[in-house]
Amino acid sequence: MTPRKKRIAIVCSILAGMAIAAALILTAFEKNLLYFYSPTQIVNGEAPTTRSFRIGGLVMNDSVKRNKDTLDVSFVLTDTINQIEVVYNGILPDLFREGQGIVANGKLQENKIFKADEVLAKHDENYMPPEVAQALEEAGADIPHQQYSTAQ
Amino acid sequence: MYLPKWLHQFGAPKYFYDLSLCISRWAGIICIICFICGLYGGLVLAPADYQQGDSFRIMYIHVPSAWMSLFVYMVMAIAGGIGLIWRIKLAEIVARSSAPIGASFTFLALVTGSIWGKPMWGTWWVWDARLTSELILLFLYLGYIALQSAFEDRRVAARAGAILALVGIVNIPIIHYSVEWWSTLHQGPTITKLDKPSIHLSMLIPLLFMVFAFKTFYISTLLIRVRSEILEYECNTSWVKQLLGINNGIK
Repeated sequence: MTPRKKRIAIVCSILAGMAIAAALILTAFEKNLLYFYSPTQIVNGEAPTTRSFRIGGLVMNDSVKRNKDTLDVSFVLTDTINQIEVVYNGILPDLFREGQGIVANGKLQENKIFKADEVLAKHDENYMPPEVAQALEEAGADIPHQQYSTAQ
Repeated sequence: MYLPKWLHQFGAPKYFYDLSLCISRWAGIICIICFICGLYGGLVLAPADYQQGDSFRIMYIHVPSAWMSLFVYMVMAIAGGIGLIWRIKLAEIVARSSAPIGASFTFLALVTGSIWGKPMWGTWWVWDARLTSELILLFLYLGYIALQSAFEDRRVAARAGAILALVGIVNIPIIHYSVEWWSTLHQGPTITKLDKPSIHLSMLIPLLFMVFAFKTFYISTLLIRVRSEILEYECNTSWVKQLLGINNGIK
């Protein structure tokens, strides 16, 4: 084995070793890397009940209820299969609207209502001018978040 | 496993020093043109987004710098690997010169992403897979730079750095696929997915200009750094002495 071939072998074994190590670590931590749970996972009891965790889903249409005097707000999160009711006290991000994907951090209470400490909006990978979005909507095409102006 | 002869010639410091000036200049000129076109297109011509309004325009800096942060790391690791195996000086220089540029791109991607995140998500930072792995990339760059300056001997430093860069390369696919493998707050890919890009053409074209501008910026600045490194590396050779002597003579 020439020194050069030896060095090639060393480089290849570094790359292979790191790839295997990373694959093993990522598989082992798969649950922890999950940034949020879906309503279905929560209904199935996969989410932790004792500590706080994050829930992600779409805000259901006509589900946002605001208290007139306080910052209290409640809404229903859905992944189109199951729903979870969420209550929150605080300022919502600009992108929060019905039909929008959001991620909330908080705890699941005994009564199966999720009490959020923090609500983050999750914007999607679609970019288009408002006119295009409107035209798509008129044509009956499925654009991700059709609800735009309600309940801001 | 031998490199073709022309590649060895290309890797000769003197040959490369003469060639790189021309490439660096042209890349710089193309960069300025693309940068102006991209910025004008992105900030003035492109319409506001249907959901994000004008805030989406930060992607004209964020997306190219995030892509470049990955690209520069690949260049750095591959050049480091070539330097490690074939002991080509130029490859070592390219790897070493890439690191600060790549670190800057990573920093820019993280900062612009954070500024974007505040109005859109409602937070400056979250520990989701995409953001965390990109932060690790910044630390890899910084570790590489620190390692480079820890050794007196440049060639030893290059070898140590190359091993670190090769070890860290495993992070690159993790960053790229993080938004697909796990549920993250960061949105999925817009352009690099197999399906049709989910961005309107009027917004896409300025973005492509910016991507090209960033790429040529990298080429141009890399070559400037490489040229000065070559002179330092080769300061005892006759061609450098001759070059400097002639320059002094003219002055």
